[in-house]
Amino acid sequence: MSDVEILAVTGLSKSFPGVKALNDVSLSLREGEVHALMGGNGAGKSTLIKCLTGFYSSDSGKVFLAGKDISSLKPDQIQTCGISTVHQEVNLIPTLSVAENIFLGRQPKIRGRIDWKTMNSKARAVLARLNLDIDVTQMLSSYSIAIQQMVAIARGVDMSARVLILDEPTSSLDLKEVEQLFSVMRRLTAEGTAIVFVTHFLDQVYAISNRISVLRNGHYIGTYEKADLPQNALISKMLGKTISDKTDSSTKKQSQDQDEKEVYLTASGIGKSGYIEPIDLKVHQGEVIGLAGLLGSGRSEIAKLLFGVVQPDTGRLYVQGTEQLFSSPRKAIQQGLAFCPEDRKKEGLIGELSVKENIILALQAKRGWYRALTGVQQEKIAKDFIKSLKIVTSDLNKPVKELSGGNQQKVVLARWLASAPSFLILDEPTRGVDIGAHQEIVRIIKGLSKQGLAIMVIASELEEVVDISDRVIVLKDRKQIKELSGDEISEANVLSSIAEGAL
Amino acid sequence: MITDSISVPREDRLSAIRTSKLFWPLAALALLLSFNLITDPSFFAIEYKNGVFFGSLIDILNRAAPVALLALGMTLVIATGGIDLSVGSIMAIAGATSAWLISHEVVNSLWLILAISLGVSLLAGLWNGLLVTALGIQPIIATLILMVAGRGIAQLITNGQVLTFSHEGFEMIGGGAFLGLPLSISIVICSYALALLLLRKTALGLFIESIGSNPIASHYTGIRSNLVKFSVYGVCGVAAGLAGLILTSDIQGADANNVGLWSELDAILAVVIGGTALTGGRFSLSTTLVGVVILQTLTTTILTHGLPVQYTLIVKSAVVIIVMLLMSAEFRHQMKSLFQRGQRSE
Ligand SMILES: Nc1ncnc2c1ncn2[C@@H]1O[C@H](COP(=O)(O)OP(=O)(O)OP(=O)(O)O)[C@@H](O)[C@H]1O
Ligand SMILES: [Mg+2]
Repeated sequence: MSDVEILAVTGLSKSFPGVKALNDVSLSLREGEVHALMGGNGAGKSTLIKCLTGFYSSDSGKVFLAGKDISSLKPDQIQTCGISTVHQEVNLIPTLSVAENIFLGRQPKIRGRIDWKTMNSKARAVLARLNLDIDVTQMLSSYSIAIQQMVAIARGVDMSARVLILDEPTSSLDLKEVEQLFSVMRRLTAEGTAIVFVTHFLDQVYAISNRISVLRNGHYIGTYEKADLPQNALISKMLGKTISDKTDSSTKKQSQDQDEKEVYLTASGIGKSGYIEPIDLKVHQGEVIGLAGLLGSGRSEIAKLLFGVVQPDTGRLYVQGTEQLFSSPRKAIQQGLAFCPEDRKKEGLIGELSVKENIILALQAKRGWYRALTGVQQEKIAKDFIKSLKIVTSDLNKPVKELSGGNQQKVVLARWLASAPSFLILDEPTRGVDIGAHQEIVRIIKGLSKQGLAIMVIASELEEVVDISDRVIVLKDRKQIKELSGDEISEANVLSSIAEGAL
Repeated sequence: MITDSISVPREDRLSAIRTSKLFWPLAALALLLSFNLITDPSFFAIEYKNGVFFGSLIDILNRAAPVALLALGMTLVIATGGIDLSVGSIMAIAGATSAWLISHEVVNSLWLILAISLGVSLLAGLWNGLLVTALGIQPIIATLILMVAGRGIAQLITNGQVLTFSHEGFEMIGGGAFLGLPLSISIVICSYALALLLLRKTALGLFIESIGSNPIASHYTGIRSNLVKFSVYGVCGVAAGLAGLILTSDIQGADANNVGLWSELDAILAVVIGGTALTGGRFSLSTTLVGVVILQTLTTTILTHGLPVQYTLIVKSAVVIIVMLLMSAEFRHQMKSLFQRGQRSE
């Protein structure tokens, strides 16, 4: 890292109707540094990034790249100047192939036509830098959100020259992928590239960044050398208050009384060829089951099979003793299931509808069209969840697509909590959620299971799975390989089961 | 500082009004009406003769009635992310059915005539719904089938001729008056009131918007997308049938070749002018109604100003372009920054 300033933001402000998203923010970026940009959900991180990359025109303030004023340039011009960005919401084109997405707008050509062979082989090489070996001619949408995120990163990394901006690139990645990304980032910084890195994972911040800047409520709080800013200090700067250290482990329930708990759902040998190998599963009331495994190990697949999104071709499913066949999510919901999906943009949010409508939607669908919730009831439910999940929104009638990423996630989660389920399946429930709200969500999950709800949690953060689960099912290559319960549950045990499974 | 705290909320309120969905369509309508007021003061005159009101404004509303009904159904179909090209043909089918029932003296009761004709329209609409939901055919293709075939069916019913008839009760639908106003106006008002009640007092409106905005997520949420879509096409069929009956009753004859010809395009235009996006999602019936009135006012204005009919289409498209540009946030933004740049360089 040198002391040469490459990017400078001065006095940037940006308002949306009802919110001042950025209020006189300044920032300075040096060549070859990893600069972490921190702040709670809705603090203005993504807005700042969109302002300095030309996607939003700021109300006031300037942006300089190597001394040159780039404030009024268009996004593509800014990109040509050497700033490449990976946005929080993967904004690639789902119906194009992986290779086309990576080279969109800069396809290699021979005699004016796209040179597919070169493009595909180059795309493979770009992905190989991130240790990703997939078929680049496949449509992007055929891959999981994590792979799509990796593709977006690969594109950004490949284009980057002077500045690379990564807005929560690791939110759905596993340890291994994160390591891979970090090694690429280190290589880039060694070549002099400056990197802006946004994340809610504090350990990642401390592992990779040189300096940390903090935003809170649209205000610039300060920039600090990593060494001068211990975790607790960082948290209090982000949230404006201190939070109690990690949730106390005493809330961890004993799993001995498991046999006494009533079985809620039994899956015996349900599977679908080419999708997930047959699994056996018993879910008890008041129990939290964690699904652990690497990227693509089949965790989300199990959830979708149980919830009726995908129909199994073998096995049987019982809910409270009676056999069920879920031909659609609706059937599953009527039997008391709820499923908060991983891909919030595609499978969760109804972007145009308001925050309130998004929160009550599943409950309303469960009640049927003719038993409409009254305006007062809707408002009460929405307000309760906005408060308990700390959803930052200026108005409960605001279109949900205008919320910050983490707050959108909380809205989707709130929808399923509000649907009053008996069995709640959560696929990455805390994706992109800040530490304050993260703790709150973990607390709510534990509270619900105490009240007798059966819960299944999928999280790429192993620590989280281990923390909240009474039982952990380890998956590998779309197969159930091990089940851990009680004292066996630890990060080390999960990792070693995955490793052993390889033999 | 003090001026700041006062001016900010007012800015907010102004921009809230300007971004309201009703603002631009209403502004366009007001502009059209004031143009008429200036060029032809008698435009606003309303006479009361023999218990019935007469005047250009009443005439506009009366003539707008069929398209208003079409646009009602069209709004809902478009809100689910679909489109219905067959409404003009369904109008023809309904008209032909009623004319056939009357002229062949199959039934004589007004209510039976209405019930059978609208029942046939419902079936036609549900047929579209079936193609779209059960067979998964793209709405534009699925309804194109009935758009073409439907007119053929209507011609078969009328034997390819203009089937004239006389039926005292039935003639009232397009020609009668209620409270001094053409009955068709009351029919439109009742239909919109009923639809609003059904959509906003139940969760149907919410479900329709949800399906149009994100069909996959709606499916995950447990909304019965297929059933909702199927019903919406049915409703669209009935509304189109009613529009067909009004026109058929008005001319006391079923003209299978021409009744409702191209009116699906008017309906779609009205919906779009009303600010409901063709991609589906949020919809508003009241702005659709304003869109319908804009279109009819435009047509009437052109006619009363002695412009040849041929100009109607050109002027119509120009107005549509202007309204659409005004509604586009992107365009307003560009105009604004253009304007500001101009100011700065002064
Ligand atoms: N297009 C928009 N329209 C209206 N308000 C917006 C829009 N985009 C962002 N906001 C608001 O601006 C604020 C800052 O949002 P931003 O997305 O920058 O937060 P963030 O720091 O990236 O949060 P997260 O960690 O959740 O991603 C939020 O209150 C949000 O609701
Ligand atoms: Mg963000």
